[in-house]
Amino acid sequence: MEGQGLYAERKVFSLVLERRSSALALLFFVLVLILVFLAPIIAPTDPYLMSVRQRLTPPGDSFFLGSDAFGRDVLSRLLYAGRVSLMIGAGVALSSSILGVLIGLMAGFFRNLDGLISRIIDAMMAFPDILLAISLVAILGGSMINVIIALSIVYTPRIARIVRASTLVIRELPYVEAARSLGSSTVYVLTRHVLLNILSPIIVQATFIFVYAMLAEAGLSFLGVGVDPSTPTWGIMINEGRQYIDQAPYLILFPGLAISFSVLSLQLVGDGLRDALDPRIARQM
Amino acid sequence: MTELLVSIRGLSKVFQSEKGPVFAVQDVYLDIPKGDIVGLVGESGSGKTTLGRTLLRLIEPTSGEIVFDGKNMNSLDPSSLRALRQRMQIIFQDPVASLNPRLRVKEIISEGLVAHGVGSRKERIEKVTALLEEVGLQSEDMHRFPHEFSGGQRQRIGIARALALDPEFIVADESVSALDVSIQAQILNLLLDIRDQRGLTMLFIAHDLSVVEYLCDMVAVMYLGRIVEIGPSQNVYSSPSHPYTRSLLSAIPEPKPGSHRERELLQGDIPSPLNPPTGCVFRTRCRYALDSCADTIPTLVELDQGHQAACLRLSEIS
Repeated sequence: MEGQGLYAERKVFSLVLERRSSALALLFFVLVLILVFLAPIIAPTDPYLMSVRQRLTPPGDSFFLGSDAFGRDVLSRLLYAGRVSLMIGAGVALSSSILGVLIGLMAGFFRNLDGLISRIIDAMMAFPDILLAISLVAILGGSMINVIIALSIVYTPRIARIVRASTLVIRELPYVEAARSLGSSTVYVLTRHVLLNILSPIIVQATFIFVYAMLAEAGLSFLGVGVDPSTPTWGIMINEGRQYIDQAPYLILFPGLAISFSVLSLQLVGDGLRDALDPRIARQM
Repeated sequence: MTELLVSIRGLSKVFQSEKGPVFAVQDVYLDIPKGDIVGLVGESGSGKTTLGRTLLRLIEPTSGEIVFDGKNMNSLDPSSLRALRQRMQIIFQDPVASLNPRLRVKEIISEGLVAHGVGSRKERIEKVTALLEEVGLQSEDMHRFPHEFSGGQRQRIGIARALALDPEFIVADESVSALDVSIQAQILNLLLDIRDQRGLTMLFIAHDLSVVEYLCDMVAVMYLGRIVEIGPSQNVYSSPSHPYTRSLLSAIPEPKPGSHRERELLQGDIPSPLNPPTGCVFRTRCRYALDSCADTIPTLVELDQGHQAACLRLSEIS
């Protein structure tokens, strides 16, 4: 194929870095990833180690970020929790994007499939997200992989719907008609003409889904249908800390900040990526 | 007798819409001689674009036959049809929407070569270079994106893409109407040059009559899906016979100030192709229409060599 990539990956990357906000955000996110990845090495204590006499200790010498209701070290738990939360966010964002793109392209491009696929998408979107996720996890059983699968199924229709709508617009454009008269294959048209032109909304939506997935996982864990409740995740930490909000607000503050900043940095990176992928904007950056 | 490259026989296209069938093209006969540029004119909704698309099989005809270089396209198997389609290409109206904004010029122009597996990558780049020079652009332009070009330049890229597979027949669908007048002339001259050098045959769809007069050897006038008049450009322009053609021609602005001539203004809009008038489709707007015009569909009558018009009262009104 002629496609040596319209954009060398290196070029997109350097374009993302040229924008200061996305460069900083990327730096921060990588830092978070490193910290979380190195949790077993840098965590001060075992995240499961309870110390009943030192429960609800404010941040200070003995516990850098304080201790929770069971006297467990918040910093250690935060680091370990990040692994699970980020893994779920990334897993759901990635798999629902891939699934959603495939389904959306088929619905948008092949008219005879559209009716059926769109009705299924509508039906799925009619369910409240969390309710659908609960029932799926209940069927599949609670584990991290199953939570990822369940949430991917829940969020796939969002991507699919956007992809379908954009595909419907693009398939009528003259350059798609030109491709047909030039004899290009359907796969070529779908990837080079359609997919390439709808990358931006997909990336933006995928960063949203990353966020939703982390929050939804917290909800599932709280309701007891998520990851094994003893495994710390940022969502579980917030839910546990809620009960002590007046005594120990730091219990929800730190995991809350962790979620907020990861999400913020991720979205800034997503913004930069979206613009860098668009040759019209990339020049001006 | 010149050799025919394309022959359209009784072509019709009916679209099914929610409101009922839309008669976009009705029973069209059109012969396009090899090496000629045939103009197809008519107002919006006359079916000229649909006719062009149907010729290239971008739209399947409802009935009728298209014979291309002696081969009936209806009776071809998919692989021969694909091979045949390589020999006919299209140039679009909108120079913005007809180029994928995410692809570089070289990828746009070489798309057809890639699709048909023509040449190695190096040979394709050489071909793209030659094509860019042929349409008046520079070889370095192949690394740029469409948004970096002006409308006229983009149209040149579109022409280069259409020429990449060395087609014999090109449908130019309103290919200059989106451009500035000064750029229009450049593109028209480019099309003429290409025709002369490559011996191309062209169907030039337009609503601008002066452009067609400049460019085309033959002109066909369409109204509501039917051809109402057809003939060599000189004859049609000097002695228009169908009332519709006359009104169209009298709408061309006169370059000489102060000159007066009789204008045949048309009233109203083109009727809906959902519910075309019975008999002669033009009768609802025709100043010469009689009651009898509602009963019979007029057929094309030979007036002069190759000059035909479809009107029941042709002899009375001319």
